[in-house]
Amino acid sequence: MCGIVGLYLKTPKYEGDLGRLTAAMLHEMRERGPDSAGFAVYGAAEGATKLVLLATQGSADWADIAKRLSKATSIQAEAEPNDDHAVFRIDGDGATARRWLIDHVDGITVLSEGTTIEVFKGVGDPDLVAERFGLAARTGTHAIAHTRMATESAITTAGSHPFSTGADTCLVHNGSLSNHNRLRDVLRAHGESFQTENDSEVAAGYLAWRLRSGEGLEGALNGALKDLDGFYTFAIGTKDGFAVLRDPIACKPAVIAETDDWVAMSSEFRAIATLPGVNHAEIWEPAPAKIYSWSHAA
Amino acid sequence: MSDVLVRNSTLDLGDLTVRDVNRALKAAEDGAFTVTNPNGVHALACGLMQPISVTIKGHAGYYCAGMNQNADVLIEGNAGTGVAENMMSGRVRVTGDCSQSAAATAHGGLLVIEGDASARCGISLKGADIVVGGSVGHMSAFMAQAGRMVVLGDAGEALGDSIYEARLYVRGRVASLGADCIEKEMREEHIAEVKALLDQAGMDADPASFKRYGSARQLYTFKIDNIDAY
Repeated sequence: MCGIVGLYLKTPKYEGDLGRLTAAMLHEMRERGPDSAGFAVYGAAEGATKLVLLATQGSADWADIAKRLSKATSIQAEAEPNDDHAVFRIDGDGATARRWLIDHVDGITVLSEGTTIEVFKGVGDPDLVAERFGLAARTGTHAIAHTRMATESAITTAGSHPFSTGADTCLVHNGSLSNHNRLRDVLRAHGESFQTENDSEVAAGYLAWRLRSGEGLEGALNGALKDLDGFYTFAIGTKDGFAVLRDPIACKPAVIAETDDWVAMSSEFRAIATLPGVNHAEIWEPAPAKIYSWSHAA
Repeated sequence: MSDVLVRNSTLDLGDLTVRDVNRALKAAEDGAFTVTNPNGVHALACGLMQPISVTIKGHAGYYCAGMNQNADVLIEGNAGTGVAENMMSGRVRVTGDCSQSAAATAHGGLLVIEGDASARCGISLKGADIVVGGSVGHMSAFMAQAGRMVVLGDAGEALGDSIYEARLYVRGRVASLGADCIEKEMREEHIAEVKALLDQAGMDADPASFKRYGSARQLYTFKIDNIDAY
C-alpha cells in the first residue's frame, strides 16, 4: 500500500498556495505510507537548470562535488544545501551533469533535473518530511507527492518516491511491477541510468526513455500499458503536464477531481476533500488502462 | 460524548471522530440520524444491527455501511471501496458512484447505487441484491454464489467470471462474459424478478429490456466426477 497525491493547477489562482494544499493532501495519506515520503514541486522556471541531489549517508561535501563537476565537464554549479539534500543550479546541460554525477560521485543520488522541478524525500512520518523541506511554503503550478509503504525494496530515502529520471519528469507509483529487472537491463542497454533497485524507478526510467525518443506523454504511457507488467496507479508530472494511469486490473485505488481551477488526484477521496471548491468539483474514479492527461502546452 | 444518542440527531464529523459516531449509532435502537462532513473517512456506519436510518451528507470512504444488519443507510454522495461489504440485511443507497468491490460477499439486504459502480461490484456475492442505475466495471459478480444483481447501464469485462448461482440482469452492453458465465433465457419469472427489484430500488426501467446471465455450470466445481478428490 502507498498513498499518492497530485495537484495540477489550471489557473494561477492557487499558485501561491500550491505547497500548502499539497501538504494538506499528503497529510491525509499518511496511513497509506507511514515509512517514507517525498514530493515534487514544479515552481517558476529560473534561468538555470536545477539538479536536486541527495547525500545517501546524510551529508556530502557539496562545494567539492560542484568543483569536481566543473573540472570534469566545464559546467559551473552553485550548491544550495538543504538538510541532506542540495539544489545545484548549473549553467550547462542538465542531462550531462546528471550523468556525470551518477557515474562519478559516490554517496549521492540525483533526485531530479530540470528547469522547474525540485524533488525532496525522506524516511519517516510524511508530515515531518514535508515540514523538513518546507513543502507548505512552496509555490508553483503543480505538485506530486507520495507516502510509501515499502514492499519491493528497502526503506531508504533514495528508494522513496517521486522518481525522476528525465528532465522535469517525475512519477509516483502505488503497486508493484513484476518485470522491472529485465526492463531495467533493456533500458540500461538504451543508455538509461538507474540509481536504486526500486521497481518504480524503472517505470520512471521507461517513461523518460520514451519521452527522450521523441514521443509525447500519451504515446509513452500507451507504451507503458504494453511493456510494464504488474500493478500500478501512476501519477506523472512533466514540465507543463500531469497524467494519471492505472493498470488494466486496477486493484490500486485512484480518484480524480476537477474544477475550473485545478485537477487533483489521490489514492483516496479524503485527500481531495481538503481542497478549496471541492464541493463543486467533478469527481470520478479513473478507468483501468485509460490515460488521463492535462497540459498547459498547446 | 455520551454513548446514548438523542433520537434524530445530527452527528458532525467536523467535531466527532469516526469511532464516536459509530459507537453512538450502534447504541441507538431506533430513529433517524444524519452524519455531516464525512469527507471520505473510512468505516462509517459499520456493523449497525438496529432498524435505524442514517443519512450521510457527502462522500464516504472505504467500507461504509459494511456488515450492515437491519439499518437503512443513505449516502448522499460517492462511496469508496467496499460499500456495504458483507451486508447481512437492511438497505444501503448511494446517490453517486461507488468504487470497487461494492457489496462484496454480502449475504442479504439491498444495495442501490444510483450512479456507476467500478470494478468487482458484487464480488463473491452470497445472497444480497444489488441494483445499479449506471454501469458496473470489470470482473463484477466474480464468483458470485447467490443473490441478484440488476444493472441498468453496461457491464465491463469478464462479467460473472466463475459464477455459481447468482442471477445477473444487465440492460446495456456487456463488454465480455467471464469464464463459465453465459446469457440465459429471460422467462416470465425473471421479468417479474427484475420488476420487483426495480420497484424496491425505486428505479424506472422496462424489466423486459434486460438480459439474464448466469452460470453454465461447466467449471471443475460443478463436475460430479471431481467428487472423488475428496
